[in-house]
Amino acid sequence: MVRVTHWLTVIAFIALLISGLEIVISHPRFYWGETGNVNMRPLFTLPIPSSRGTVPTGYGYVMPDQNGWSRYLHFQAAWVLVFTALVYGISSLLNGHFRKDLLPARGDRSWRAFWEVIARYLGRDLHRAGPDAAEAHSYNVVQRVSYLGVIFVLFPLVIWTGLALSPAFDSAFPWAVNVLGGRQSARTLHFFVTGFLVLFLVVHVTMVALGGFWSRTRTMITGRMVLRRIAQSRERL
Amino acid sequence: MSFISRRKLITGGVAATAGVAGLAVADRMARRYGLIPPDHGGCYGPGETLDYAAQRLLTKHSLAREFPRSMISKAPFANAIAPPNDAFKRMQAGGFLDWRLKVDGMVARPGMFSLAELKSLPVRSQITEVVCEEGWSYIAEWIGTPLHEVLNEVGVLPQARYIAYFSIEPEWWDSIDISDALHPQTLLSWGMNDGDLPVGFGGPLRMRVPRQLGYKSVKYITRLTVTDSMKSFGQGLGSAAPEGGYSWYAGI
Repeated sequence: MVRVTHWLTVIAFIALLISGLEIVISHPRFYWGETGNVNMRPLFTLPIPSSRGTVPTGYGYVMPDQNGWSRYLHFQAAWVLVFTALVYGISSLLNGHFRKDLLPARGDRSWRAFWEVIARYLGRDLHRAGPDAAEAHSYNVVQRVSYLGVIFVLFPLVIWTGLALSPAFDSAFPWAVNVLGGRQSARTLHFFVTGFLVLFLVVHVTMVALGGFWSRTRTMITGRMVLRRIAQSRERL
Repeated sequence: MSFISRRKLITGGVAATAGVAGLAVADRMARRYGLIPPDHGGCYGPGETLDYAAQRLLTKHSLAREFPRSMISKAPFANAIAPPNDAFKRMQAGGFLDWRLKVDGMVARPGMFSLAELKSLPVRSQITEVVCEEGWSYIAEWIGTPLHEVLNEVGVLPQARYIAYFSIEPEWWDSIDISDALHPQTLLSWGMNDGDLPVGFGGPLRMRVPRQLGYKSVKYITRLTVTDSMKSFGQGLGSAAPEGGYSWYAGI
């Protein structure tokens, strides 16, 4: 179930990312507070052309409008993400995945344990070493903390800030947008949380690549470890 | 070596059957309670249907957020519009005295309303935010005649399900379901921030649907049609928006 939901999340996240960027292009300006438009001063502006002629970007060039299908796809992919999250969350509570695999082991709940793993990552020739025997079968404390952060902080935040952009949702749950500081603040936060998720994606895929991209990806699809590789890495150790 | 045990096969089979049965029941319930939007076909139909159904269930009677007078935007943005057509310019030259709102379709007493007649009906004002699908927004006070007051005047027949509304500009029309049409904040707006509604913002008459994005608030309204189905309007997708690739439901 972890593997199936992982790949469904990958598909939904890529769709959300592409469609979200397309929507941002129609107004690459960000504000803080309740309201914001081209007559108001932005918090910051992305240095890209816009798909709307009404937005002053300084490029003298208007990109094609892709918002129609992007909005349809964004919300459809969001539903896939939410349903996947429900299946993953419920099954992980029931089968102990959170407790066994993601909650840091008792002895690892210290900054020292955390920094030890980081130091090991930094000091090791990652590309040639591959996973060591212990790490091949369970996550280390840095992995556990990162995954918990993505699952319980970043994804809930990105869903919340996204829902806060819906005027209908806000009519039923006005506090959802008000506690974020207003609609434009919610939009800006939605953008930044997405940035953190992309940062995780980049580091995650880099680590997978260093550990052997195809063998690790195959393991995440089939659930079977390539034992030969681990045997080899044991010999090296 | 077999990777699928008998137990897994049985559990999987039961889960799949339950899933299919669940979907069939959900589909029947959705149809029965009117949770299927007019643009439910195509590859994005499931997402659009879930958006519409979920928000219909969650937000049935909720009111769009209203703001204090101090939060009215000093620099609202009217958005770009094409130059007005000749019919509009003629009305504008006459101070919009000849502007008429035609109401037809499934009503007991089809009729025409001048702006003065609309203003003689009960009036409501609200300070709400206009939210564009692009991401920008502004807050203004909107003054107008609630749509339900106009619908009361003409007597909506019980089988009505949608209100279609049309701009004086060609190819600019939209529709909302009866629940949004009867919503107290849905206005036929003719005033803004204590004055007449400026032409740039949709004057002399604009639909305001504050629980949905700005593009549902069509400018320069001249006609309302009450109907039980959107199939015979345009391509049958509910409004001009899906014909241009945008979703009919714009609450998100």
